[in-house]
Amino acid sequence: MFIRWSAAIAAAVLLSSPALLQGASAADKPTDPQIAHIAYTAGVIDINAAKQALKKAKSKDVRTFAEDMVRDHETVNKQALALVKKLNVTPEDNDTSRALSKQASDKLAELDKLSGAAFDKAYVANEVAYHKTVNSALETQLIPSASNAELKGLLQTGLKIFQGHEQHAEHVAAELK
Amino acid sequence: MMPGRVATIALAVAFLPMVVPAHAATIEITMENLVISPAEMSAKVGDTIEWINKDVFVHTATAKNGDFDVNLPPKKSATFVLKKAGVVDYYCRYHPNMKATLKVEP
Repeated sequence: MFIRWSAAIAAAVLLSSPALLQGASAADKPTDPQIAHIAYTAGVIDINAAKQALKKAKSKDVRTFAEDMVRDHETVNKQALALVKKLNVTPEDNDTSRALSKQASDKLAELDKLSGAAFDKAYVANEVAYHKTVNSALETQLIPSASNAELKGLLQTGLKIFQGHEQHAEHVAAELK
Repeated sequence: MMPGRVATIALAVAFLPMVVPAHAATIEITMENLVISPAEMSAKVGDTIEWINKDVFVHTATAKNGDFDVNLPPKKSATFVLKKAGVVDYYCRYHPNMKATLKVEP
């Protein structure tokens, strides 16, 4: 199951580098420490993307969106850290987290070369795609795999927030056209 | 004390209920897990709405018609006194999926 879910998320974000999947864990499904790590990593990625956007974006709507991303994802990650501490769980790095991070740093470098309206469009388009991928992973894999009830609850709250982000990103993307 | 003054005070006391409407109430509305509840609430002009944000996220109660825009920091509450009658749809500016309606009677 973990391989399949890794494949699903990574294939969506890593169309060009399927080789990265080869080291995927053989476990049936991600464990809670792995899920915590993936969810936290996914949040950090979006915060970094938003911080780049706050430096480069010109459109007011795009900047407002990026501010929302920083605020909400930092809040969720703060909750996640408090929860793993409370549960005495150490988030465990894994191939999915590594694949996500690698893809994200490539994307940051790619977007860094753009400016003005081209940057705004590319950033928002990536936010739509990224939230779609993460939300679908949360819905179909991470939430069902989570065994701790509090972790599951936090992921569910996260999903609700991130679905709002996906809609917001789609709305901004439509406005930019 | 002059009798006239007593009469004035008595009159003021007698009319007090008209000045401060007896039905003025504080109505609590909760924001929890990105849901506003109750989503539909009836109230009267003069009533106080108290929104209680139980989430760790910042929310707002923002009227679509511009009547109010109340900021709700995480785990805090805030109030607004209804001044106008009418049906007011409101939402959270940061999480627009959070929507609710106030039916304000005169």
